[in-house]
Amino acid sequence: MNKFVRQQGLVAPLDRANVDTDLIIPKQFLKSIKRTGFGVNLFDALRYMDEGYPGQDVSTRPLNPDFVLNQPRYEGASVLLTRRNFGCGSSREHAPWALEDFGFRVIIAPSFADIFYNNAFKNGILLVTLEEGVIERLFQEVEANEGYRLDVDLENQRVTTPSGEILEFEVDAFRKHCLLNGLDDIGITLQDEEAIREFEAKHRAARPWLFRETANAATS
Amino acid sequence: MAGQTLYDKLWSQHLVKERDDGTALIYIDRQLLHEVTSPQAFEGLRLANRRPWRLDANLATPDHNVPTTVIERAEGNAGIKDPVSLIQVQTLDDNCESFGIEEFRINDARQGIVHVVGPEQGATLPGMTVVCGDSHTATHGAFAALAHGIGTSEVEHVLATQCLLAQKMKNMQVRVEGSLGTGVTAKDVVLAIIGRIGTAGGTGYAIEFAGSAIRELSMEGRMTVCNMAIEAGARVGLIGVDDTTIDYLRERPFAPQGDQWEAAVAEWRELVSDADAAFDKVVEIAAEDIEPQVSWGTSPEMVTGISGEVPDPAEAPDDTTKGSYSRALEYMGLAAKQKITDIRLDKVFIGSCTNSRIEDLRAAAKVAKGRKVADSIMLAMVVPGSGLVKRQAEAEGLDKIFTEAGFEWREPGCSMCLAMNADKLGAGEHCASTSNRNFEGRQGFGGRTHLVGPAMAAAAAIAGHFVDVRQFVAGNDSHHDTPSQEA
Ligand code: SF4
Repeated sequence: MNKFVRQQGLVAPLDRANVDTDLIIPKQFLKSIKRTGFGVNLFDALRYMDEGYPGQDVSTRPLNPDFVLNQPRYEGASVLLTRRNFGCGSSREHAPWALEDFGFRVIIAPSFADIFYNNAFKNGILLVTLEEGVIERLFQEVEANEGYRLDVDLENQRVTTPSGEILEFEVDAFRKHCLLNGLDDIGITLQDEEAIREFEAKHRAARPWLFRETANAATS
Repeated sequence: MAGQTLYDKLWSQHLVKERDDGTALIYIDRQLLHEVTSPQAFEGLRLANRRPWRLDANLATPDHNVPTTVIERAEGNAGIKDPVSLIQVQTLDDNCESFGIEEFRINDARQGIVHVVGPEQGATLPGMTVVCGDSHTATHGAFAALAHGIGTSEVEHVLATQCLLAQKMKNMQVRVEGSLGTGVTAKDVVLAIIGRIGTAGGTGYAIEFAGSAIRELSMEGRMTVCNMAIEAGARVGLIGVDDTTIDYLRERPFAPQGDQWEAAVAEWRELVSDADAAFDKVVEIAAEDIEPQVSWGTSPEMVTGISGEVPDPAEAPDDTTKGSYSRALEYMGLAAKQKITDIRLDKVFIGSCTNSRIEDLRAAAKVAKGRKVADSIMLAMVVPGSGLVKRQAEAEGLDKIFTEAGFEWREPGCSMCLAMNADKLGAGEHCASTSNRNFEGRQGFGGRTHLVGPAMAAAAAIAGHFVDVRQFVAGNDSHHDTPSQEA
């Protein structure tokens, strides 16, 4: 996983609530068995005028000029500003894979869907939750100022606006630690291998029917 | 001290370790796998030179990409004409084979939608923790199992460690008291709940569904309700154990037998919330107030009763909602204040992990019997949730009822729920669908999905537009063996 410590990034606004994972990356692209290459199809149905399919050369596809990420002023954005309940819907991790592959490292919204929240952090994307009123103000500032950048500092849990305003945010300690250090959490969990084996042995003794080798051992 | 909720009990029975920062390791009893969200997890295992922790905890089946026509299915994997889909299904087969994981392959009679297959096999049991790389894993909570949808990195984590890193959720209880009216089903209950609390209403919560109307539901109905907990934002939906749960599981292939069955049942009986358990939030709904539901927009919370109308964005409570409503009406090609019964349909889809079980097919067949699909409907399809559901339906003659009425009778899979295979909507087409998501493009680029229950979908197929199914069904819904005649 990529580390995330601090980022000074151009902000792109996506003014829409309940952005679902089908919208982030439509299902036809989930057929890939890889983790990479999803960025060109991020927000596919909003971004292009035609229907996309996997493996296609996107350079010849007609772009939707109204879609925010197609506007030159947002080219190279790494911070996505959006509305409540971002990432709802399916559990597809292809959604954060596509956002990350496109270049987003930070998403700022009033709230996020639970499964997406986990998936994003596991892929080096920092999710920043700020109050609805603050988000509204950021939308206005981004709109009014071309080249609007935010300084996102995970270590100190704060976002600094171009005018120097400081917005503090919460993030749980474990996720922060993994993100700051780019840690693979399977490795961390396996440090507790002993505890897992011990739990498993007790669990099996108490509820043998949950384990297929011991299920029905007494009667078969 | 207050008692424990069902969620609290399941959580503490699986807690391996709790860290100071509030994250915990919980032990996972069952992982269900399908072809879309597992390939990168298996690849991750290989790259790190890891093996699955415990093979017998896993069960796999392909469902999202499989074709549903009889001709294609006769060829097995070779019938998957899209080469990219084919690779994905073959990759699941190869991974299961090389790691030694049990899989029900494409033409195994036990194959089907993973959330139909697990319970049907008894592979989902009360008191288990169940995960799958699929948000509708909430379905399994109908058995008082703690069931989460997870992402692919987590699939890999569970394969490698048999544990999931989790944070305890808050407890919500949704009580539905009273009796459901004739023609009102589990799907209407859950859509009405989502309409009430919104698609983010359950975010951060495990929702337990309770109340007399929930108790009266069959296991199929309970699965329909828990399936859509995620559409209310909750990763977990739960229903406590009772006789209905236990009767359903008896003699299922993966369920315990003999002495172990007795021991298991004794423990399962405890899997209910204590009478004095405290919930962080309680929502109460009167069953009598629920009428058959139809979604009009592009989010499951955009739903209303069959006698209702499409809302006017001008009357929305705030600007964000107003924007969402306007965008939804434009995408759906509907006008403000249009009557729901005036929405004309092009296609009808009966299937998905929400509504493809035997009871759902019976409810739809009861409406379809002796009637004809309207000429204006281009395609009306019925896709059973598994090979075993299909077999059962055929034994009851339901396939004949459907085909005589003009429905297509298909092979099991996810099909047009998310249109990863060839079954999809064309741009602008309106579809009455028994699935769970009406997101933009979900059932095909530009397609317009309306979520309904199976009997409502069948009635809409016959009328060509939405109609109140209560005009079609005279008796109580549970008396599916006595189909009523034209109202
Ligand atoms: S039927 Fe639909 S919602 Fe259910 S698992 Fe398949 S694609 Fe997902």
